[in-house]
Amino acid sequence: MTQSNFDIVDSTLLAPTGLDGVKLQQVMDKLTGVAGCDFADLYFQYAKQESWSLDEGTVKSGSFNIDQGVGLRSVCGEKTAFAYSENLQHEAIMGAADVVQAIGRRGQDIGTKAAWRPRRPRSVYQPHDPVATLDDAAKVAILHQADQFARAHDPRVKEVMATLAAVYEVVLVVRSDGQQVPDVRPLVRLNVSVIVEQDGKRERGSMGGGGRFDFAYFDTDLIRHYSEEAVRQALVSLQAVDSPAGTMPVVLGSGWPGILLHEAVGHGLEGDFNRKGTSAFAGRLGEQVASPLCTVVDNGTLPDRRGSLSIDDEGNTTQDTVLIEAGILKGYMQDEHNARLMDMPLTGNGRRESFAHLPMPRMTNTYMHAGEHDPGEIIASVKKGLYAVNFGGGQVDITSGKFVFSSSEAYLIENGKITQPVKGATLIGSGPEAMQTISMVGNDMALDSGVGVCGKEGQSVPVGVGQPTLKMDQLTVGGVQL
Amino acid sequence: MKLAGQLDLDSVADFALDYAAKLGLDEAEVSLHEGTGVSVNVRMCELETVEKHNDAQIVVNVYKNHHTGSASSADMSEAGVRSLLDAAASIASQTGADECLGLADKELMASELYDLDLHHPWGADITELAQLATRCEDAALSRDKRISNSEGANVSTYSGNALYANSHGFRSISSSSQHSLSCSVIAGKDAGMQRDYWYDSDRNAANLDAPEAIGKTAAERAVQRLDARKIDSTETPILFDPAMAKSLIGHLVGALRGGAIYKRASFMLERLEQQIMPEFVTIAEHPHIPAGAGSALHDNEGVATPAYHALVDQGRLQTYVLGSYTARKLGLSSTANAGGVRNLRVSDTGHNFQELLAQMGQGLLVTELIGSGINMVTGDYSRGAAGFWVENGEISYPVEEITIAGNLLDMYQGIVAVGNDTDRRGNTHSGSILVQNMTLAGS
Repeated sequence: MTQSNFDIVDSTLLAPTGLDGVKLQQVMDKLTGVAGCDFADLYFQYAKQESWSLDEGTVKSGSFNIDQGVGLRSVCGEKTAFAYSENLQHEAIMGAADVVQAIGRRGQDIGTKAAWRPRRPRSVYQPHDPVATLDDAAKVAILHQADQFARAHDPRVKEVMATLAAVYEVVLVVRSDGQQVPDVRPLVRLNVSVIVEQDGKRERGSMGGGGRFDFAYFDTDLIRHYSEEAVRQALVSLQAVDSPAGTMPVVLGSGWPGILLHEAVGHGLEGDFNRKGTSAFAGRLGEQVASPLCTVVDNGTLPDRRGSLSIDDEGNTTQDTVLIEAGILKGYMQDEHNARLMDMPLTGNGRRESFAHLPMPRMTNTYMHAGEHDPGEIIASVKKGLYAVNFGGGQVDITSGKFVFSSSEAYLIENGKITQPVKGATLIGSGPEAMQTISMVGNDMALDSGVGVCGKEGQSVPVGVGQPTLKMDQLTVGGVQL
Repeated sequence: MKLAGQLDLDSVADFALDYAAKLGLDEAEVSLHEGTGVSVNVRMCELETVEKHNDAQIVVNVYKNHHTGSASSADMSEAGVRSLLDAAASIASQTGADECLGLADKELMASELYDLDLHHPWGADITELAQLATRCEDAALSRDKRISNSEGANVSTYSGNALYANSHGFRSISSSSQHSLSCSVIAGKDAGMQRDYWYDSDRNAANLDAPEAIGKTAAERAVQRLDARKIDSTETPILFDPAMAKSLIGHLVGALRGGAIYKRASFMLERLEQQIMPEFVTIAEHPHIPAGAGSALHDNEGVATPAYHALVDQGRLQTYVLGSYTARKLGLSSTANAGGVRNLRVSDTGHNFQELLAQMGQGLLVTELIGSGINMVTGDYSRGAAGFWVENGEISYPVEEITIAGNLLDMYQGIVAVGNDTDRRGNTHSGSILVQNMTLAGS
């Protein structure tokens, strides 16, 4: 690293408009001048995004977006006042601070003039600018490679759609306790989606991945893998029969099926829902909420992962947080606001979509630790059930705990053997109940390939999931075949 | 009509199009918007968050020799706009050519631009907005003693200006507003908790439902879900309530999008002119309705919208949903749907909600759908659902943790009736839709 994150923050966000410690203090004084202010922060963000898309063998479109701004927040007890400015001139930021002050009632300054404390957290990724580090022709070439690999893999491939996207973000969190914490965040993603056709039947398959890298991550082997995997999934779907309907044992594959944990327990363990008592897990710390085979963590510190962060969006260092240990509920994911109100430890889970959004407790990489069983053994233990290995998306009702997730690749298990592929079955259950029915956990823990996006209250953030192969004794499978 | 900020947007557009011409581009288009809004949350009748929004965005698309590039930013300064167009032009130099790329045809541009009554800024200050939200939540909390908790009530207001201009010389400026009031509360305790919500939205705050009415409905919906049961798997007719019925129409629109059709990624492929629904169903856009949520005289490419545009006429599929690019790909004309459909209305069969329940007799009333189990290539449909079991035409008890599954092609053919209990919020209006047999998966 030749340039420190502070140098990058300074040259990108502060120096162009002459923002310095004195000017930042003037803004902070306004925010902390709101009556009863417990905490205030400024979130400076520069975000550059680029994407290229291919279909019909041609990269037909590309787009480039650049945004910058600062979000200003003042928190008083349970109340939050928030405004933002896309203009980083001192006068504009002072204007936004006036708005925050007008929202909160102006009162006695909390008077704690902490000296600025620049903090240099350990970084869990390199400060790449993926947009700048590869020329456009080479980006286009990646998509053409993906197209060619898919078409060469099987003549039934009729259409290939591929997207290559990169984000480069420079962030500075300035807090009322004096901390100033920078971060420089790269994020790249390649997605390949194919349409296959045979005997008048059409199906789709998709595969992709990425992380906090530059584009060098997508080497030829990986591009080929995404393309061939998308084709394989589509061809499996062509052969699939109607899914069974009803309650049965379900074996979930390793990796991306960890979306189960994200929906069934993850959201329900975010601090805000538990502070308000609106989560099915509220008030259940120390209770058995999953089978003793389950240890579930949220870990923002994994190097280069899509869901990882060096610091969260409130400047707190991310952690490896145990949520469920041997089935016992151990902790929630917290941001500043909810940790303070619940008098619980910070976990570095305060995240926001951008400077124009308020932070809240969000997941990073959520996964289950490996167990003891060989995956083959787990499948062999099922007389009649479903083996689901790929999923589209999921959703949860935090309050009732009911979650669903929709399989895009699943098979029947009959007498301990994988037999027919079945068409998109939706799985539905109740988080706290379904987790209790996990009776076998594999030794093949894997993380997803790096494509997850989580939505909450209208804000999207990149996340990761993972799990070993696992068996749930009873889960409702929403197919059409009774 | 004098618009706040109009001069700024106009001069930014002038500058952008002039600079695009200087770069030697064949064609260019620019979309600008700026707006302000406030969002106020109240929870347990205490102010929780106040967010002040202040947005601006410029999007440019450029074309040269049938190559295109696009760029966007919040920065409308001259330097910002120049670098944006440079970036778009640079992208266009790397993308591949496609004869179908370019602005929409000049002769399709809207020629008559008039006020559609879309702009009703709300003068209320934060204190007044917070009072409305409090009245709404208070009505919910005090409606029923089984209401145990709240996610709060929200009032949001937004007012902004938008400009679209392109190098055909077409330009349109409009102002619009959007306001909403919502409430979400929890009934019951511990493992038996159920949450539900209600909302209203309108361009004119004066037309919003009374806050007390929204709160009361939210509370009643949450209480009605208490003691929900899981039921046995079965084949059953399904009655989609109006809000859920809209999602079925949304899947149809998604499948008719030109992009999905030319990529052969739609279950509606090769079904033009075919009977896809019973004869009593007509689904049409009404883009010129004054103050409508989706009203516009032109689409996102300047193409004039018709006053009436049927997607499905007496059950027959009339059209795909096309912008200029997808229209050219398919050898068809733009249907003025760049940016989507506008004010979609589903005809009803004159039945009220009680009559639909009676007609179903025994079956499932769906009031919530979760998850994304829809395969747009095949139409296979499988989603999580919650609602009520209906016996003898009467609501019997709440159900949850079930899925409903079928294929959208069969579901559309299997529509039995459309209610006149129309949900008039938002861009798509529909009554309840009764569909014959689907598979319900439960215990």
